[in-house]
Amino acid sequence: MSISILYFAWLRERAGRGEEVVSPPPTVTDVAGLIEWLRGRGGGPAAALSDLRAVRIAVNQEYATVDHPVTAGDEVAFFPPVTGGGGR
Amino acid sequence: MIRVQSEDFDIGAEIAQFTQGRTDVGGLCLFVGLVRDVVGDAPLEALVLEHYPQMTERELRRIEEEAHRRWPLLDTLIIHRHGRLKPGDRIVLVAVCSAHRQAAFDGCRFLIDWLKTRAPFWKREEAGGQHRWVAACDADLGIAAAWGDAPDDGGEARARLPGGR
Repeated sequence: MSISILYFAWLRERAGRGEEVVSPPPTVTDVAGLIEWLRGRGGGPAAALSDLRAVRIAVNQEYATVDHPVTAGDEVAFFPPVTGGGGR
Repeated sequence: MIRVQSEDFDIGAEIAQFTQGRTDVGGLCLFVGLVRDVVGDAPLEALVLEHYPQMTERELRRIEEEAHRRWPLLDTLIIHRHGRLKPGDRIVLVAVCSAHRQAAFDGCRFLIDWLKTRAPFWKREEAGGQHRWVAACDADLGIAAAWGDAPDDGGEARARLPGGR
């Protein structure tokens, strides 16, 4: 199973990469499982995902929660709460 | 219409083009967001805007559709820049036209309020030789939520992970 992972903003810096293609085992069926697997793998992505309080998730460019299923070919993005626009 | 670009935009030219050939517009409202020059105590050197291209387009389109669903708007325009900006630079333009001013004002405010809490852009401030990612503002979430049916960005990921880790 091949899944594209994207990291943005400070998660990208902490992960040490903006994107990667991973092949988790078939036991990974949702975003929660994917996060657990990425944490277990260690390195930058594990550090980026160590505290999920300020992490938002999108699956195939749609906002999602950790119970969202993941399947082969999906694009899963991790990023902080958004801060676009102007004139705060 | 949605445009996400690194280049600057000319407000006058955009507005002229936006209403060109129309005689049904009674009111046009626009919001322009600019880069402010001070971050805390330090002068801002640059603001870098990162985004998630495919998702940005999709979310902006969705926000635009929602505005059209809520008010009788004739047309809407959102231009949002990305990349490295300097103090005084324009970041975003939101323009809304309608037959009457109230819908134009409301639609314009709604678009910028929802955009700030929903469109996947992230700001990084560079000041005093250091950089810092701008944290999301709770007040902005409150303002967006005040329009009702608050946009759901999935919330705190941790809160939904089994065991709350």
